[in-house]
Amino acid sequence: MLSRVADSLYWMSRYMERAEHTTRLLDVNLNLMLDESGTSSDHRWKRMLLALGSPEGVAFKGDPYALTDRMSFDTEVPASILSCIIAARENSRHVREQISSEQWHRLNTLYLQVTRPEARRMDRSEPSDFLQQVMEGVHQFQGVSDSTMSHGEGWQFIQVGRYIERASATALLLEAYHDDLWMLHERIFEGTEYLEWMGLLRSATAFEAYCKVYTADVTPDRVLEFLLLDENFPHSVRFSIDTLQCALQAIEGGSGRSRAEPLRILSGRLQASLHYASVEEILRGDVVGYLREIQMQCRRIHRTMYELYIQYSIQTALAG
Amino acid sequence: MQPAAPERLDHALLKNYVLDHAFDEMFAGPDDLHPRYEPVFNRFCSLPPGELQRRKQAAELSFLNQGITFTVYGRGDRSEHIFPYDLVPRIITADEWAKVERGLTQRITALNMFLKDIYNDGRILKDGVVPRELVYSCKHFRRQMVGLQVPRNVYVAICGTDLIRMEDGEFVVLEDNLRVPSGVSYMLTNRRVMKRILPQLFRAYNVRPIEQYTQLLLGTLRSLAPEGRPEPNIVLLSPGVFNSAYFEHAYLARQMGIELVEGRDLVTHDNVIYMRTTGGLRRVDVIYRRVDDDFIDPMAFRSDSILGVAGLFNAYRAGNVSLANAFGTGVADDKAMYAYVPDIVKYYLNEDPILQNVKTYILTEPKSRQHVLENLDKLVVKSVGESGGYGMLIGPKSTAAQRAEFREKILADPRNFIAQPTISFSRAPCLIGNELEPRHVDLRPYILYGDKVNVVPGGLTRVALERGSLVVNSSQGGGSKDTWVLS
Repeated sequence: MLSRVADSLYWMSRYMERAEHTTRLLDVNLNLMLDESGTSSDHRWKRMLLALGSPEGVAFKGDPYALTDRMSFDTEVPASILSCIIAARENSRHVREQISSEQWHRLNTLYLQVTRPEARRMDRSEPSDFLQQVMEGVHQFQGVSDSTMSHGEGWQFIQVGRYIERASATALLLEAYHDDLWMLHERIFEGTEYLEWMGLLRSATAFEAYCKVYTADVTPDRVLEFLLLDENFPHSVRFSIDTLQCALQAIEGGSGRSRAEPLRILSGRLQASLHYASVEEILRGDVVGYLREIQMQCRRIHRTMYELYIQYSIQTALAG
Repeated sequence: MQPAAPERLDHALLKNYVLDHAFDEMFAGPDDLHPRYEPVFNRFCSLPPGELQRRKQAAELSFLNQGITFTVYGRGDRSEHIFPYDLVPRIITADEWAKVERGLTQRITALNMFLKDIYNDGRILKDGVVPRELVYSCKHFRRQMVGLQVPRNVYVAICGTDLIRMEDGEFVVLEDNLRVPSGVSYMLTNRRVMKRILPQLFRAYNVRPIEQYTQLLLGTLRSLAPEGRPEPNIVLLSPGVFNSAYFEHAYLARQMGIELVEGRDLVTHDNVIYMRTTGGLRRVDVIYRRVDDDFIDPMAFRSDSILGVAGLFNAYRAGNVSLANAFGTGVADDKAMYAYVPDIVKYYLNEDPILQNVKTYILTEPKSRQHVLENLDKLVVKSVGESGGYGMLIGPKSTAAQRAEFREKILADPRNFIAQPTISFSRAPCLIGNELEPRHVDLRPYILYGDKVNVVPGGLTRVALERGSLVVNSSQGGGSKDTWVLS
């Protein structure tokens, strides 16, 4: 497969995942606003921006709807929903022939939905319909990607993009919540924290899945354990890295690169560390440091994968 | 010739069907329906009103859904359009086609010999058949190609020749497209849609198939592979997704099962071209390039191009990669060179040209220039470097200001223009609303020249959909229809 094609598929998928993440965080936080809690709304919105990687030039100035509008429609903000969907579509346009017609159709429809001028006008005061539409659009896209595209090398690059984005985003989300949840050593809860924990779980679509494992008895360390280390939940960091590792192995097997060792070591080590970690151990140590290390490893995997499959130098390629 | 008085036809489907001096493909006279069009005509009459439009819309929707679109330049919004599709097939008989096919084969053979000659010995120039300065002043002449050995001496492997039918029904050549002719994907998709929309009608005729085109194209490309490369890696080089013909590039690559690459996918090392794949570099042997000469190698041609591959020309010169078409073929489809093609055919093949040219005035010749300047209101003036219907003056439809502007331009640079008489080329029935009306059409057959010559029976019939218009280009309100060559 052409390196350029792999690159476009990877970014198409990453941007779709990112669009969904931004959408869900906005939706969850707008929803939380409706209930009173100990945490001020101010603090929540700032925390959300932190979880979205503190987009440049965006600050919370007291109006949640203005912020939602910017994070939805401002194309100057690279993490906004609109920016992500435009970028995803642009990437898919370049590989129009490699993806299935259903994928293209789904993504193009979503693009047309979010770029029409009425979308922004209508949703200024009641954004949740819009956000719901985007989430459904992304889910449908991911669904048809899995069910209509052949699971060959191209699809594996889509998997890599989706899960590397998801693992980093979940780690960053946990980091943003750190001060509010795991810093409280005395563990004196007032009762309103429950909303926060639920908010965090919902930000990763994890509330229902969590309840199935731990019941509705929500505690911060279990939330951390679930979102970080759960084996079966598709938004947990461990699940994401497992899937990522799987896709990387498939690509390596199919493309026959002999120089894949550094990449194999990187992703394998991260995977192993998540398999054998325990939440008690993590909480005893430096939680933020641990979460940052995961993000760092994801960036390293991205870089190494690029050097191996996409932006390698001609000299190394001719030599090996 | 005295134009005959326009005649109207008395039929519900033909209320606006006007016959005049232009050749009509369906009617020889008011009551004289050409037998080959009888089944078509009867079928269209038998369908209930509205059904024709419904089928036409179904066809257009299927084009849109398949993303069969092109991009129009110069409208600011870079919008995607479908190429309007007309439901009425254009029918060519076996005899008519046999002559066209022989004529095209003759012409491409001579043109390839001409290109080899002017880039090597220059016999035709020494013999004074073609003026030397006409060759050297052509902006598509590539000095770099002089003395270079081209695989199998094939300069033009893929050609699309524009034909029109004169008032007497004869096919003549309007233009040779020897650089990167496009439109073949429309020929193929028009046929596919036609078979789906009017299957019974299609079955009623014995239409020669065209679906083998992509396979023949692949065979032609393979025949050009460098020596010692038995399993050549063939790619299609596209300028990318912003090019107006991107759909066609993607379509052909997919149909042939070859990789669609852009300049940035290719690298050169030691005069060998490689493409970057996730599995490492892979050597490229044959490039079907859909990028113009100017943009294809910033080291050899335009240095500001980002669409090409640095070092491609050197790899080509070293014989490590083959290109279709070769560089510098544009010198032979220059609109001024066109006037000499009949002489070129005679010179190399010692045969009379089977397909005639349209009378063309070369404006560097003082006498012709004088004549043209005095008759600008009757002639068509074309800029030799432009294509797609741009840079044209259609005399009878021009304003005094436009004529004055062209007069200035011609006097400033006579080499850059040619003039031709206004030709009423033939008209074919088209579905306009719920009725049939005649519209001007041309025909672009596609010719492949590799180890042998293949002309796919048919081609792309382009239609000037506006009443009275002679411009068939897709960028200027043209459409297309399926072309049936009967066996």
